[in-house]
Amino acid sequence: MSGVGTNMTQPFLSMQNVSKRYVGVQALDAVDFEINKGEIHCLVGENGSGKSTLIKIISGAVRPDEGAQIEIKGERFLDYGAIDAIHRGIEVIYQDLSLFPNLPVAENIALSQIVARGNRFVNWRDVQHIAEEAMDRIGVELSLDELLADILIADQQLVAICRALTRDVRLMIMDEPTASLTRKEVDSLLAVVHDMQSKGIATLFVSHKLDEVLQIAERVTVLRDGEKVGTFSSQELDDEKLTMLMTGKRVEYTQYVAEGQNDDVLLEARNLSKRGNFQDISFQLHRGEILGITGLLGSGRTELALALFGANPPEAGEILVRGRPTHLNSIQEAIGLGIGYVPENRLEQGLIMKQSIGKNIVITILKKLLNEFGLIDLNATQATIHNWIEELSIMVPSAGSPAQNLSGGNQQRVVLAKWLATDPDILILDGPTIGIDVAAKRAIHDIIRELAKQGIAIILISDEVPEVLQNCNRVIVMHKGRFIAEYDPQQATVDEVQDAIYLAGNYSRYRPRS
Amino acid sequence: MKKWLRRHETYVFLVIVLFSIIITSQNASFLTLENLFDLLKSYSFLGILAIGVLFVLISGGIDISFTAVATVAMYVMAIATIQYGGNMLTAFLIACSVGVALGLINAVIIYVFNIHSIITTIATLNIFYGVLTVLSGGKWIYGFPTWFREFADRRVLTLTNEAGVQYGLSTITLIWLAILIMAWVILRYTTLGRGLYAMGGNPDSAARVGFNIFRLQMFVYAFMGFLAGIAGVIQALLVQTVAPNSIVGKELDVLAAVVLGGASLFGGTGTLLGTMLGVALIAVMSNGLTMMRVPSFWYNVFIGLIIIISVSASAYRRRQRERRMIAVEAE
Repeated sequence: MSGVGTNMTQPFLSMQNVSKRYVGVQALDAVDFEINKGEIHCLVGENGSGKSTLIKIISGAVRPDEGAQIEIKGERFLDYGAIDAIHRGIEVIYQDLSLFPNLPVAENIALSQIVARGNRFVNWRDVQHIAEEAMDRIGVELSLDELLADILIADQQLVAICRALTRDVRLMIMDEPTASLTRKEVDSLLAVVHDMQSKGIATLFVSHKLDEVLQIAERVTVLRDGEKVGTFSSQELDDEKLTMLMTGKRVEYTQYVAEGQNDDVLLEARNLSKRGNFQDISFQLHRGEILGITGLLGSGRTELALALFGANPPEAGEILVRGRPTHLNSIQEAIGLGIGYVPENRLEQGLIMKQSIGKNIVITILKKLLNEFGLIDLNATQATIHNWIEELSIMVPSAGSPAQNLSGGNQQRVVLAKWLATDPDILILDGPTIGIDVAAKRAIHDIIRELAKQGIAIILISDEVPEVLQNCNRVIVMHKGRFIAEYDPQQATVDEVQDAIYLAGNYSRYRPRS
Repeated sequence: MKKWLRRHETYVFLVIVLFSIIITSQNASFLTLENLFDLLKSYSFLGILAIGVLFVLISGGIDISFTAVATVAMYVMAIATIQYGGNMLTAFLIACSVGVALGLINAVIIYVFNIHSIITTIATLNIFYGVLTVLSGGKWIYGFPTWFREFADRRVLTLTNEAGVQYGLSTITLIWLAILIMAWVILRYTTLGRGLYAMGGNPDSAARVGFNIFRLQMFVYAFMGFLAGIAGVIQALLVQTVAPNSIVGKELDVLAAVVLGGASLFGGTGTLLGTMLGVALIAVMSNGLTMMRVPSFWYNVFIGLIIIISVSASAYRRRQRERRMIAVEAE
């Protein structure tokens, strides 16, 4: 896809026979990896495939086992470490961005440069200058005096890139850079990556989002269970093929066709409005239906979901549950009416990460588990926990281990289990597969479909259009707080829906913030 | 103007002005140069410790043990000075060395054993103070040399009031001022100081950027110890006796001043201006209540109320700001 590939084929980094064994686990097994100067390369694989170990080895944070050969620009390294990586221009932008929320943007950009220079004193004009220079290199504009915590995530990402650019970067590694960006923001990020390419900077993307991978990468390296499956030119790949390479299984996307649906209306909204949230929302949700709602981040979809869960009461309009008007002023009320909500950010809202998996599952139904003395019945609790672990085939070391030890896919299952335990009729799922790899994603989709078949009415909110189209029997596009279009997934195409989302507004990224 | 309204310091300052007006209306001698100079002298002790605590809070830690450190430093300094003589410089040197050594013990325990700083310093507070009490038998120390007593009364600017009593800007206040300037330069203009903010904001990232976290932590607790040493000497100068129990117990006053000044217990935020305003607020409150002849028990109640109001007000303003940020684009 990029014309510069041919004259830049000299490998910037070449690694052979890279292995890494941790106690009991072969994280990487004799992997060869190569990235050319100015190349855009993607590294994909499921959780536990060894991606992060490989990145850590490239950045020098982890040393490979004996026998590995590492060359940068033809120079061999015997004992390759973080200093070598930094001096050869390798920079990693981790998923958490590693920025300082309490410091101004300018300082965030310039700080590593100032530390690297070994200056004892800080010259603030210098800080400003370093930051401006970095922004100029990729043609972005950020307000340098603002605290980092006060700017958008997408802008924070640019700050992280600018910071890396303050050094003489040759290879930029980005770990899941698009996980919390909107589609539009992803596009501008990719534009920045192309811009860096024109300056001879190579980029190594680690991503779960296959469509992005294929959109930007020249080559894709696939890892599975610590072994390299291969490096492929992105032209020879498509979504399906890539999934197969990653999982080793053929995962077929099938269109969901509602089976359990009938005319029984479980949830109805009539002209719901709340200033600054959503406007004039009406819909009916039937038993066994999966209703998809998609739209940009900030389109009001999460606010609407919270309104239906009693956490963000609307100012006007009516909500009817099983035909009866309700107020839904509190979450307790919503749970009492059989509504469950799986939030967008499972790390912050969905799970108590340090608590055990078991406790996380039963937390919503503690009242149901009381014995005649009003104390928690431990046997019933254990039974419930094991039932759900089995039901959703959650892979756990034990029900007692903390939720933070689980992979993203399994965490999401725990969140689902927690809400299914309340025996809901209506389930609202907000971004249920964010940050989960393909196979796990597919498994979650299967669970969702199975739930619908059992007669639960489901609202599936996602910014991934293919996800809603494949798994819903009705898809609504939301924009600026309104429903602007409705589609029948059996007839609509991804592009059609995508267009509706973007053409709806001339969404400008650098709007002034007051 | 708008920028000022966003700052915590502005509100603390306004509260101080408000209090001062109320107190002056009750007792006109509050707003006099004499009282001001007096406060600046007697609050040097609290003010210097507050600077140290601010550093610790910015770095993301907390220190409770500094009063014990100050006490030990003061005690050692007093014994050495009375036994072997010396001068002000040696007195400060001894106290500061003791303070730095004890501060380093804190830093090493926190870093090496990875124990939270609040637990570590509660433990070391008890150990430092306990060992001192055992070894000293709780004895008071009197009889400082004449030069030590004279230094306490030295002034750089002397005025005389109507009653013929001399007053003015104490040398002790000047020490406080010098430390304040040094602290300001460190926090604002050194890589070290920016490293403290970085570490408080995000310790992992600070390490990734290239800061040596252990060194930063050593510095911050050693600096706290250093200032505790100076504060110990100043306390001895102010009261001219050394009692093992004269300082321990003041930790919370100092912490209160720093938190009132806007520093966050979660690390990464806090300014010297705010901290000094926090100290000023506590000084004005305490002094004002006395001048208005309010029983001193009320002092604690007021401090408690002010802390709650101040912290909730800044939390409220932060929430308002966040709300503005996440506002949906809906019309």
